[in-house]
Amino acid sequence: MMSKIISLISGIIFGVGLSVSNMINPEKVLGFLDLFGQWDPSLIFVMMGAIIVSAPVFFLFRNKNKPLFADNFAIPTRKSIDKNLIIGSGTFGIGWGMVGFCPGPAISSLALLNTYSVFFVLSMLGGFLLTKLIDRIIIPAQ
Amino acid sequence: MNIVNFTPQSAFLGGIIIGLAVILFFVGNGRLAGISGIVNATLVSKQNRTDNFLFLVGLVSGPIFYIFFTKNNIPFLITSSLPIIISAGFLVGIGTKIGRGCTSGHGICGISLLSLRSIIATIIFMITAIITVKLIG
Repeated sequence: MMSKIISLISGIIFGVGLSVSNMINPEKVLGFLDLFGQWDPSLIFVMMGAIIVSAPVFFLFRNKNKPLFADNFAIPTRKSIDKNLIIGSGTFGIGWGMVGFCPGPAISSLALLNTYSVFFVLSMLGGFLLTKLIDRIIIPAQ
Repeated sequence: MNIVNFTPQSAFLGGIIIGLAVILFFVGNGRLAGISGIVNATLVSKQNRTDNFLFLVGLVSGPIFYIFFTKNNIPFLITSSLPIIISAGFLVGIGTKIGRGCTSGHGICGISLLSLRSIIATIIFMITAIITVKLIG
């Protein structure tokens, strides 16, 4: 039960952070990505604010046995810089630059009842499902 | 390069708030608040499905709480056409699934964990995004 409350509250706080920083707004994000034009460096400050808060806590807690309301910490163990990481991140960046939406702001912006957000999120879900399908067909299960 | 519309204070404050969400989810549930991973898991995995779904419900509720308590509007503008939006959504879905992370998972959580993988992922998606804006902007 507690883990569900924590999940809900974490999501709410995250959404408030995206609203306060206005990162929910694709126009604001595109301003950051327009490095060679009219540049808005705000996104860097958002990342710095988040990292300054979370990095020390990760450092202190990652070697503890257990989180408060779950059996163990789920931290990705993968270390390799492989072609999936490079191709995937590169592809994500192209989509991000086309509209200014990454997954968090896109989902959060559904609150603003904008039809375009709905279309973006549905296509994103389509992208997840398509990749899973291709994964099943091309790459045999491990 | 001209610097415009720069809002360092609200950006930094918003970042700190996002950081608080990240540490609450980590210390409480032991998990990283990577949004693409949470969305994808809600879609395809039964494990922690209720937790994941509730996180996303919260994520959508956040702006509503913000508007309700601050009485501020949230500036919001999409200028892209529908075909661009649909293609971009697809690329973001495919890319974050194959690359296992987005701006939150790699960019915030991964970098906070000093993961080289995430640092490289973040550099790559920033570069391709900046190039894309340069080409279509």
